[in-house]
Amino acid sequence: MLTARSADRRPAVVEPPPAAPRPRRHRRLGAVWPYLLVAPTVLGAAFLLVYPLVRNTVMSFQHFGLGELIRGGATWVGFANYRTVLDDPEFWTVVRRTLWWTGLNVVLIMVLGTLVALMLVRLGRRMRLAVMSGLVLTWATPVIAATTVFQWLFQSRFGVVNWALVKLGFDSYRDYSWFAHGGSTFAILVVLVVWQSVPFAALTLYGGLTTIPVELYESARIDGAGAWQSFRLVTFPMLRPLFALVTSLEVIWCFKAFTQIWVISEGGPNGATTTLPVYAFQIAQSLHKYDLGAAVSTLTVVILLAALVFNLRRMFRQEGAL
Amino acid sequence: MTALTTGKAPIAVRRRRMRMGRLPLNLAALLTLAVSVFPVYWMVVTAFKPSADIQSDTPSFLPLHPTMAHFGTAVHSPGFGTFWRNSLTVTLSAVLMSLVVALLAAFAVGRMRWHGRRAFILMVFVAQMAPWEALLIPMYVIARDTDMLDRLSMLTLVYFMTTLPFTIVTLRGFLAAIPVELEEAAQVDGCTRPQAFRRVTFPLLAPGLLSTSLFGFITAWNEFAFANTLIIKNQDARTLPVWLSSFSNVFGTDWGATMAASSLFMLPVLAVFLVLQNRVTSGMTAGAVKG
Repeated sequence: MLTARSADRRPAVVEPPPAAPRPRRHRRLGAVWPYLLVAPTVLGAAFLLVYPLVRNTVMSFQHFGLGELIRGGATWVGFANYRTVLDDPEFWTVVRRTLWWTGLNVVLIMVLGTLVALMLVRLGRRMRLAVMSGLVLTWATPVIAATTVFQWLFQSRFGVVNWALVKLGFDSYRDYSWFAHGGSTFAILVVLVVWQSVPFAALTLYGGLTTIPVELYESARIDGAGAWQSFRLVTFPMLRPLFALVTSLEVIWCFKAFTQIWVISEGGPNGATTTLPVYAFQIAQSLHKYDLGAAVSTLTVVILLAALVFNLRRMFRQEGAL
Repeated sequence: MTALTTGKAPIAVRRRRMRMGRLPLNLAALLTLAVSVFPVYWMVVTAFKPSADIQSDTPSFLPLHPTMAHFGTAVHSPGFGTFWRNSLTVTLSAVLMSLVVALLAAFAVGRMRWHGRRAFILMVFVAQMAPWEALLIPMYVIARDTDMLDRLSMLTLVYFMTTLPFTIVTLRGFLAAIPVELEEAAQVDGCTRPQAFRRVTFPLLAPGLLSTSLFGFITAWNEFAFANTLIIKNQDARTLPVWLSSFSNVFGTDWGATMAASSLFMLPVLAVFLVLQNRVTSGMTAGAVKG
């Protein structure tokens, strides 16, 4: 819509360039240039982003199964798909599980990320460099490589985790197959996502921490503030925007996490790790109910919208300041 | 010992005391380091261990009998060269496309004044946060309708679009850091506007172009969900992430070969990070924090 509006205005634009005034003949031509320059971006977004979104929404109001996929000619069914989805108790189970998954991951990431950031500030130079390199290595690990390694770490027979647990005296973990149980698969996925996400949170928060003037902490200490109080009264208020930013980004990332879950468990065992994006994909690809999958996708976006709008407002406020 | 000579002692004592106080802190640091490095370390070590050492009841934490056999198995597994080439082709073309397109857009946004500029920036921000995972289904249907299923060009287009918004935003940031006066001076000296951009701004922008494209490279190289959805029947058009995710079909329970393949897959990303080095964290925050 935004793109359409700016395109409509194109002929009306005769704005003098900000710098040196040019001959009148060139001015018309000059006014067209910016639109030509952004045209590829606008076209790409129209075909590869707006159109799929529109198509998804349209599909969610149609009857669209395997037959319609092959032959075409989908019929309009109004809100029937949404009614089917919302009446299905499994959908609500998945929603609750997605919220629990997102909440658990984000809380762990933020707490650990903050602790690591606070630790980094207090470390000596060499130790800090070592830990930061380690964090960057984690951050650099491709998701697929990480999922593969975690499957090996938690392998039942020769996995190093089971070996360590047995050594520590938990004998029930001998040959324990983690991926056969819903709870343990869920736990491994949480560990994986947290392991991959803490570096971003920690390094970003560390970057913020280094901008807080030391004097603030000194005066807090003189006023008798302990470690917790100086965090609560100095660090947190100073970094509130950064905390909000990292939290909202992590909420978005965890909520829509797909690859890790799909590769490790495809939402199983027995649906124990099925979150909304996985659920939508399952319905569409495995059951060929593209209409219901599209409805779930649309609902996912709607649920995500709160976090997205929050981020967007912040981005645009910064944009206004520029 | 008078006051003068003891001048040094208290500092040493204080240092030692500080070091003592730092002990828990350093232990926490070592724990963090171990937790963050161990999975990657384990991947590489397993890849170099002979199968007998991998399948032993007590795992060895050092590659005592290093072998390249698993790397051989991985490289010689059917299709490895094809998938590697596919990944590289798709990633490089997508990054190159988005770099060119983003450079044009960044110039328009950063150096020109026009109606709809703010709307355009808003659109880029919205696109940057597009929930791509929710678009798997329509993308599949669209690709099927337009006969683009099982084609690397479709994947390239999708990766182009997923990396484009981020590339525009970052390039705009780099462009904003280059004073416009330099270009104007060149124009006063008789350059046309494109010439001024090419001769003055572009060389200054090159490092920014490099690091931006490397981030795009990582994103596209690692992408799994679309590669898994859009390439279905034509197995020759698969990319490395999809191939690696199905390692149990390829290698069965050969964990050495699986870890070797993972290491090989991670290698280019690691190389990119080494090139970026300290720019990683700043670029990361520039991409996310500065919007």
